[in-house]
Parts: sequence; C-alpha cells; structure tokens
Amino acid sequence: MSAPALLTCRGLTRRFGGVVALDGLDLEVQPGSVLGLIGPNGSGKTTFFNVLTGLFPADAGESRFASAPITRLRPQAVYRIGIARTFQRSRLCLPLSIFENLMVGNHQRLDHGLWFNLVRRGRLARQIGESYETARALLRIFDPPLADRMMEPAGRIPMIDRRRVEVCRALISRPKLLLLDEPSAGMTHEETVRLMDDILQVKHELGDLTIILIEHEMSVIERVTARCVVLNYGRKIAEGTYAEVSHDPGVRQAYLGLE
Amino acid sequence: MVTAIAVAFAWSLLRAESQGAIAALIGLAVAAGFVLLRTRLLDPLAQAAVRDERFAQRLAVLAVAALALLLREDDFGLLLLARVLIMIVACLGLNVQFGYAGVVNFAGASFFGVGGYTAAVLARATALPHLLVLLAGGVTAALAGTVLLLPILRTRGHYAALITIAFALLFRTFLEVNDALGGPQGLKLPEMRIGPVRFNDSVDLGPLEGYFYLKYAAVALVLLALCFLVVQRLERSWIGLALDAVRIDEIAAATFGLDIARWKIAAFVIGNFIIGVAGALSAFMIGFIAPNNYSFAESLIPVSILLLGGIGNPWGLSLAAAIVILLPEKLQIIQEYRFLMFAGMVVLILLFRPVGLVPRPMRRLLEPRP
Repeated sequence: MSAPALLTCRGLTRRFGGVVALDGLDLEVQPGSVLGLIGPNGSGKTTFFNVLTGLFPADAGESRFASAPITRLRPQAVYRIGIARTFQRSRLCLPLSIFENLMVGNHQRLDHGLWFNLVRRGRLARQIGESYETARALLRIFDPPLADRMMEPAGRIPMIDRRRVEVCRALISRPKLLLLDEPSAGMTHEETVRLMDDILQVKHELGDLTIILIEHEMSVIERVTARCVVLNYGRKIAEGTYAEVSHDPGVRQAYLGLE
Repeated sequence: MVTAIAVAFAWSLLRAESQGAIAALIGLAVAAGFVLLRTRLLDPLAQAAVRDERFAQRLAVLAVAALALLLREDDFGLLLLARVLIMIVACLGLNVQFGYAGVVNFAGASFFGVGGYTAAVLARATALPHLLVLLAGGVTAALAGTVLLLPILRTRGHYAALITIAFALLFRTFLEVNDALGGPQGLKLPEMRIGPVRFNDSVDLGPLEGYFYLKYAAVALVLLALCFLVVQRLERSWIGLALDAVRIDEIAAATFGLDIARWKIAAFVIGNFIIGVAGALSAFMIGFIAPNNYSFAESLIPVSILLLGGIGNPWGLSLAAAIVILLPEKLQIIQEYRFLMFAGMVVLILLFRPVGLVPRPMRRLLEPRP
C-alpha cells in the first residue's frame, strides 16, 4: 500500500440545471505528487476546482483533505487548511500593485486588528517591510527583474508576468496543495515551459507541495506529471501515466471524436 | 504661494455678493484649472505634496483656519465654510463604504439624519456632555445601519443600491409620521456646549471678535482633520488592502481566505459612524432639523461628490465637496436647478474623466525612504 492520500474525492457531483458538470468523480492525490487533469473543453476540470475550493457546493459525494472532510467548507476555510489555486482567466486585482496582490494571498498571516492598523503604525510598518522581503524573495525565483518592480500596478505588466504573480499569490501562503488552472493559457510554449520549471523549483524547495495541474498543452503534462486523470462530460474516463492515457482508446475518442 | 492664492480665491468667492463677480470668479477658476491641467504646471507641486504629505495636510488645515479667520465677520461665509467641512467628513465616511469596500450607499443623508436626530433627542432630554452626544450620533447611525446589513450582504450592484434607496425613502417617511421626533415640523436643538464654550455666543477673545459660526467651523475643522487621518491610515493598512480586494474581485478574495461579509460590514459600520458624527455636528450648527433635510435627494449629493472628486481619494472629494456646496449657494440663478447641475456634472465627469477630478493614487504601504 502507498502512503495515505493527501486528497481523496468520492463520487463528487455538481449539476447546473440539467447539465451534470461533474459526475461522480473519484480521485486520489498522493502527497508530494503532481497530478495532471486533462480533458476536452467543458469536461468539468475547472468545475472540479470550484467545487473543491468551496466556490460551488457539491450536490453529492465528498472530498477529504489530509483525512479531514472539506466538502462543505466555505472558500475561506478551504484556503486556511492549505489549498490555494490560480484561475484560468487571470484574476489579479489589476488596479492594485504586484506587492498588494501578493499580500492578498498572504492575507492569513497579516494582522487585521483595527487598533494595530490605525494606531500601532510602527509595528505595522515593520510587518509591511517583512512581508515585502518575503514577497520579493518568492518573486525572485520566478522573475528577478519583476521583484524590483513590485510597487507597480498589476495591470501594467504583460500576461506572462501576471501569471507568475498569480502563481506567487497562491504560493506565498505556503499551501500544501496547489491547484493550477491552465497556467499556459495565453502564453507561448517557451513561456509555459519556463513557468512550469519555476513552479517545480519552488515545489522542490517547499518539499511537500502537491500540485493538481489542468493543462491543454500535452507536452507539459507529459513532462511534469506522474499521473493523469482524464475527464469527459464530468466523468473520469481514464487514469494513469501520460503514456498510458494517451494510448487509451476512450481518451482518443473523446479528443478526436473517432468512432 | 499656491496655498495663499487658493485662500485668497476662496475668500473672495465667499465674500463676493454680486452675481456677475461670482460668475467671473468661477469662470476664472475653471479656466485656471483647465490651463493647469493642460500645461501640467501643477505636477511638480503635486509631487512635492506626495513626497511630504504631512506638510501638505498641515498647510491645508492652516489655510482653512486662515480662511475662517478672514471671514470672521461674515456669518453666511462662515456657515458655508463649516457646511463644506462637515460635508467632507460625511463624504469620507461614504468613501470608506463605496470607495474602498465597494458597498453602495444611497442613504447617506439618512445616516446623517440618524446622527442629527440622535443629537437633538439626547441634547433635549439628557445632560450628556455634547462631545459625547456627537459620538452617540455616530454610534446610533452605525447601529441603524445594521438593519441594512443582511440585505446588503445578500445582494450585489444595482440591487444593493435599490435597498439603500428604499431605506432612504422609508427613513424620511418614518420621521414625518413620528410625533415623538417632531413629525414634519422637526426638532429644535439647544445650544451646543463643550466644556465652558457656548457655541451660540459670538466669539470674543480679546482682539479676536467674530461670528459664532467661527466656533462651529473650528470644531468641524478638528473633526475633519481627525477623520481624514483615520481614513487615510485605514487605507494605508492591511485593512485598506482587504477592502480593496473585496471590492475588486469578491471571488478571488474569498479564495484567498478573505471574509467578504466581515469586511463589508466593517466598512459599512465605520462609514456610517463617521457620517453620523458629521450629521450630529451639522444638526447642532443649524439648530433645527426636519425630515426635509434628510430626503433621498440629499443622499445623492455625497454620491455625486465622490464621483466628481475621484472615488477613493480624500483630497479629491474635499475639492469636489467645496465645488458642489458652494456653487449653487453662490450662484443663485442655478440654485433652483442644483440637482440638475449635480446630475450634469456627474454625467460629464463619467464621460470625460471617469477617474474623477483628482484620481486615487496607488496605495502607499511602504513609506518612501528619505
């Protein structure tokens, strides 16, 4: 037997009216692994993330994280137990600076008391300074020049940098499980490869980081994931290494529409 | 130098009697503003103000104090000045709600009124020190706001706006039918006293003589300085960041552990408190309050001030409050059409300068190192 799974889902189901976006999904993720989640558009990959993080409640089934049930938790609570995510369409707060965006991810570690924030300005300034260094150190791994421009608005930097900032925002809270929703969207092949290399480097430094990766770029999936789960119409149609699933007739049919 | 010009301009505007002179002065200001915007002559000045903001703030307080002293014999001018100051305070409260947390509030005048009526009732019926009565005005306004919390948290955008509009309409009707609060006739307030200072006596300090509104203007200035400081510190803290994150993207904020409801409630309560205190002071100053002062239409004034000045910028809304209050009072021909004018200004600003006259700058979390 392998070690107990970090994340276990059993029969996870989510309906939107008559559409079953997620249909009885069973899934296990081992700690420290990288799981690829693939499937055609509309197959329920992002819905899975949304259900897992509590944005949409599940209609049936359950999910457990480190053997604690998380099915009914609100997004805030899911984040607090160590699951952080990025969004398919970048959801940075564009008018805010890069640093501020990273601090939104770091929210949990900051002191939000009224007295602290209004009166203890010296201590607040120190906490801001420390957070700045933490954020800078993390961002340096991804993009050293960007780390020196952290006070610029996030809306002014190119797409690839926004992706990096978004990944950093998810990583700065030191999550145990990182959900990456198509980090390559809108990026070139080389940029995607570099971003994934950086993520793997951080994973290596953090030691026990586990990742679920939604990705359309199959070369990325092949390179970084040990195991893949293939979804179609909300159901799991295949599971295994990339080599296994890519030769699975059901998967080929789902992607290519072969008879 | 610029400050002196601004003071001189405000003084002559407040003193000017003839409509022609006023129109000329306003035309001059508009032209000057346009030229300055185009030539960017003010940019180095703005940068200096940003570099040493504390100095700029002190200068502004001094300028207002100087203006009040210059006007000491002019009761109407002083009253207008104090009204502008109080309106800025109320707008600061609305700014916390609308500008930072994105909680719409079209019932600003209602919470202003809650503060005012609280002051009236407490000052008539109890011997509570009037400084505490001002605070009580804020507290009751914040409490009255809790009625709206549940519907506001459950709705978004236009629907939340409609709920506050409904509250504003209900509030005025409530005042009109409530005989304990004077009904449509309203309530008279006793003289405000803080310690030995009696606010309705004229100022007479040795060489310094002046109309009694001078004292109200002084209190309003102190209150404004305090609220300005609090709101600015609030913005430049983790709290301000959390409020911004909630406003810009609720889903992203929730995903990173921010409690949406908590921050919206916090902003709404803090904002209403500030609005309530301003309302209490205003009620004391005017000495008489009636439901008509707190109608829904009045609630639109602070909202237009916010849009005009630049949402989220305390400096901008101060400028806009002065424009919105003074313009119709001084130019009597547009007095009748003032709501038309506000609407027109808001439309123009949204069309041509949607960020407002003085757009909100980036937050300064890290103080610039000398």
